[in-house]
Amino acid sequence: MHELSIAMQIVEIVEDEAKKHDAAGVSAVHLDIGTLSGIEPDALKFAMEEAVRHSIAAKAELFYHFIEAVAVCEECCNEFKTEDYFKVCPYCNSINTSLLKGKELKIRSIDIQTN
Amino acid sequence: MCGTCGCGEDDHITYRKPGEYNLFHAHEHAHGDATHTHAHDHSHEEHGHQHGHDHSHDDAHTHTHSISLERNILSKNELIAERNRSFFEGMKIVALNLVSSPGSGKTSILERSITELGEKLNCAVIEGDQQTLNDAERIQKAGAPVIQINTGNGCHLDALMVNKAMKALDLKQNSILFIENVGNLVCPSLFDLGETKRVVIISVTEGDDKPAKYPTMFETAHLCLINKTDLLPYVDFDMEKVKETALKVNPRLEFISLSAKTGEGMSDWYAWMQKQ
Repeated sequence: MHELSIAMQIVEIVEDEAKKHDAAGVSAVHLDIGTLSGIEPDALKFAMEEAVRHSIAAKAELFYHFIEAVAVCEECCNEFKTEDYFKVCPYCNSINTSLLKGKELKIRSIDIQTN
Repeated sequence: MCGTCGCGEDDHITYRKPGEYNLFHAHEHAHGDATHTHAHDHSHEEHGHQHGHDHSHDDAHTHTHSISLERNILSKNELIAERNRSFFEGMKIVALNLVSSPGSGKTSILERSITELGEKLNCAVIEGDQQTLNDAERIQKAGAPVIQINTGNGCHLDALMVNKAMKALDLKQNSILFIENVGNLVCPSLFDLGETKRVVIISVTEGDDKPAKYPTMFETAHLCLINKTDLLPYVDFDMEKVKETALKVNPRLEFISLSAKTGEGMSDWYAWMQKQ
């Protein structure tokens, strides 16, 4: 949910940064979206199409890098991939685990055009 | 553009005390029932006729370069949340973000806590709902200062709303601030309010697989209150199963079972509050 307001935030940040660098345009936006970030990829893509309209990123190519979730076990210190929040350690069965990756919701980088 | 519904107006949010008009000027935006008449939405550029000067001689001179940002998208909310957090820490205020589905008993738990503890509970309350002053009126009747935030179409509170509401409350040092979030087990999990602890509340009538169905909320909470224990004889609710499931999502989650109706378990809740 909120993919639209998140898309709007993305555009706002991109515009801010582009202005800081006196950009004439933005040709690419690279987003890091964790698979457990709570964001629905299709909804975000759709929302981004709307949000970039009339902005400096209107013609930018959008890259969505989906980050797979990785958890670490506090008991045996092993790291493992996980597809959901039920991250029971596959090595020692402990529930004492935490997520290392997978909840990202950030703008990795943008490509700007300057004259 | 409004992030909730995509329309042109930005602020449908109101902040009120029971009996008062708006403390803050916000745009009362009525959407109407079925039709959205937003004349400003459609501009001609949308049809792809860009009569612009895209292909200019300057093209040969444009340089493209990459700027690394590594910037969190929700950073705006997080910055304000951290400001709230610093304020709470400075004032030694324990801010509790109460989240749950609608109807789990958040307001009833607060009402009972405020009524039973009276003066001993030095507290204030921020209430969040789409509409009505109902919850704020109940809290005021119980005896605590309260501000009601009505989000309009919004489905969660965010740090800015809490920041505005708390300025209207005369918060005291060494007190508790209860923030009763909008009844919703999904969206509030994404929005840090600057709280000290997050308390997720479920009731025994909601099924013991709640943590499995709404893991993001349980993962971000510190305490889980299981309310309406007085109804246990009438429902199929496996207390152990709900705790086991929740611990898989969040091994650090604490649990307290209680009934705001009969008072059972409330003393454990009061003791937990004291410890914070």
